[in-house]
Amino acid sequence: MTTQFPAIEVRDLTVAYREIPVLWDIDIEVPEGILLAIVGPNGAGKTTLLKAILGMLKPAAGDILIKGKSYPEQRKLVGYVPQRGSVDWDFPTSVLDVVLMGRYGQLGWFNRPGKTDERLAIDALKQVGMADLSCRQINQLSGGQQQRVFLARALVQAADIYFMDEPFVGVDAVTETAIVTVLKSLRDQGKTVVVVHHDLQTLADYFDWGLLLNVRKIAMGPIKEVITTDNLKLAYGGRTAYIS
Amino acid sequence: MSYTLTIVILGTILLGSVAGALGCFAVLRKQSLLGDAIAHAALPGICIAFLITGAKHSTMLVLGAIIVGWLGAIILSIVTQQTTLKKDAILGIILSVFFGFGLVLLTYIQRLATSQKSGLNQYLFGSASTLLKADLWVMGVLGSIVVIMMILFWKEFKLISFDTAYASSLGYRVKTLETVLTMLIVVAIVIGLQTVGVVLMSALVIAPAVAARQWTDRLSVMVILAGFFGSISGVMGALLSSFFYQIPTGPVIVVVMSIIVIISLFLSPLRGIVWEKVRQYRNRKLIYQKKSLYQLWLLAQNHDDLTYAHSITTLEALGFHWALASLQQLVQKGLVYKNKQGHWGLTQQGVTEAQRVAVAWRGEELVKERPDYD
Repeated sequence: MTTQFPAIEVRDLTVAYREIPVLWDIDIEVPEGILLAIVGPNGAGKTTLLKAILGMLKPAAGDILIKGKSYPEQRKLVGYVPQRGSVDWDFPTSVLDVVLMGRYGQLGWFNRPGKTDERLAIDALKQVGMADLSCRQINQLSGGQQQRVFLARALVQAADIYFMDEPFVGVDAVTETAIVTVLKSLRDQGKTVVVVHHDLQTLADYFDWGLLLNVRKIAMGPIKEVITTDNLKLAYGGRTAYIS
Repeated sequence: MSYTLTIVILGTILLGSVAGALGCFAVLRKQSLLGDAIAHAALPGICIAFLITGAKHSTMLVLGAIIVGWLGAIILSIVTQQTTLKKDAILGIILSVFFGFGLVLLTYIQRLATSQKSGLNQYLFGSASTLLKADLWVMGVLGSIVVIMMILFWKEFKLISFDTAYASSLGYRVKTLETVLTMLIVVAIVIGLQTVGVVLMSALVIAPAVAARQWTDRLSVMVILAGFFGSISGVMGALLSSFFYQIPTGPVIVVVMSIIVIISLFLSPLRGIVWEKVRQYRNRKLIYQKKSLYQLWLLAQNHDDLTYAHSITTLEALGFHWALASLQQLVQKGLVYKNKQGHWGLTQQGVTEAQRVAVAWRGEELVKERPDYD
């Protein structure tokens, strides 16, 4: 799976909302096969960075390359798990149906998901421990189950690079462990996983690499090198009570 | 069946089902009020088309309605993006500005000496009896296009209605799809304007979807059901209003639709208010019964015989004012007996059941170690 290109390459990225920079001159290079956490205080631009990489918003300046090419060319290599609060869970559909949405990109226009897609979807649900809930209505799911459904939907995309926006917010310990297990197994298969995260306590246990962000890039590298007291002070302005 | 009646029935089935089906997407995407704005915005379009062509030509009027209704939707989306104004405020402004302009044009047309009795004011509250075969053709062709497009883009529309961010990460052109969907909603609304009227047409877009959602958890069923509700209320409304022909069609259709909505809100087994209350009541009854069983069992722990009977006052002293009712229910289930002194005790079967409750509530070990301890 290795190529001469890094999984993700961001050059001089600046994103601004009405002239106020949300991300300023970001340069990062994410090697393949790592579990990377994007960390930073509220308003640091973590979600914005994710959305810019995924082409959902137009940066004021800068280039973004996925394995050496632009996102539209490479989007089949990319799986995305949005924040679970971003959708209406009272939508009339079932767990299986939501997971099948992960196959839509491969299906193309006018085609409907078939038996193969359903099998893949059930497999993905098994990986997140939700296979027995495949027929469940999505409005009957707990927060943790919702998150796992979203993860399963990304898994059926069979992508090489995964992006996840705050997957651990408001989920119970069982779900958190289930998600971490899946993330680590993805990494062990040589895939690259980028996660927006905000719990500094679990950072070192869950992730190999960290990107510390606060509008500007504070530090990036192996997790131990990134979460130093100095770096955290820079990012959080001395307001953090992190005990190393 | 008379020729006119056939046309009216076919027409209302058509407009009701198309508006109902497409309305589901409007409602699910939280754009219910968009339909209202589009319907009102279509009025000046109809008037302008009439002024330009100088005749009541159904294709032209529909075209005018589509173009100006669409213009309203575009202005809405531009103003929403370019300002920080709230969407409901913008919707309100667009609706009243277009509608006001439409009324001005309508009054002007009525006063034109040259215009033959235009009959354009039927577009306010609708009139099924003015439907002609030519109107039916226009409605049929447009309605079919809308439904075929909806089926073709089914999975895409479903995806952008549920999760736009994810759709865009998959590479779908979300903006384009949203535009197409809005366009289809515009056409679905315009089809019904002559029969239902601009003032109330939005009800036929929103209400069937709301009612249908009560009965199903599947999008496909919801869309079919909403189409069905739309056509039923269309047909019934049109027939009723033609019997009492002083009443315009639109209001009668909306009244029929409201009845369907009210029934759905209250009586649907899935989400209906009545069934929800019934479920809550049953649940509470069951919990009370379990609690009574458990308390009798606890009290009996002080005696060698677990079926030992106690007076009801002992239970009521614990604050269980409902104890009598649930004890009587438990007697019927054979879990509790009442002796000659009027004391209540567990039957053998009741002891087993109470033990099960205790284990479920307190855990097996605690029940074994300290059965008398709560």
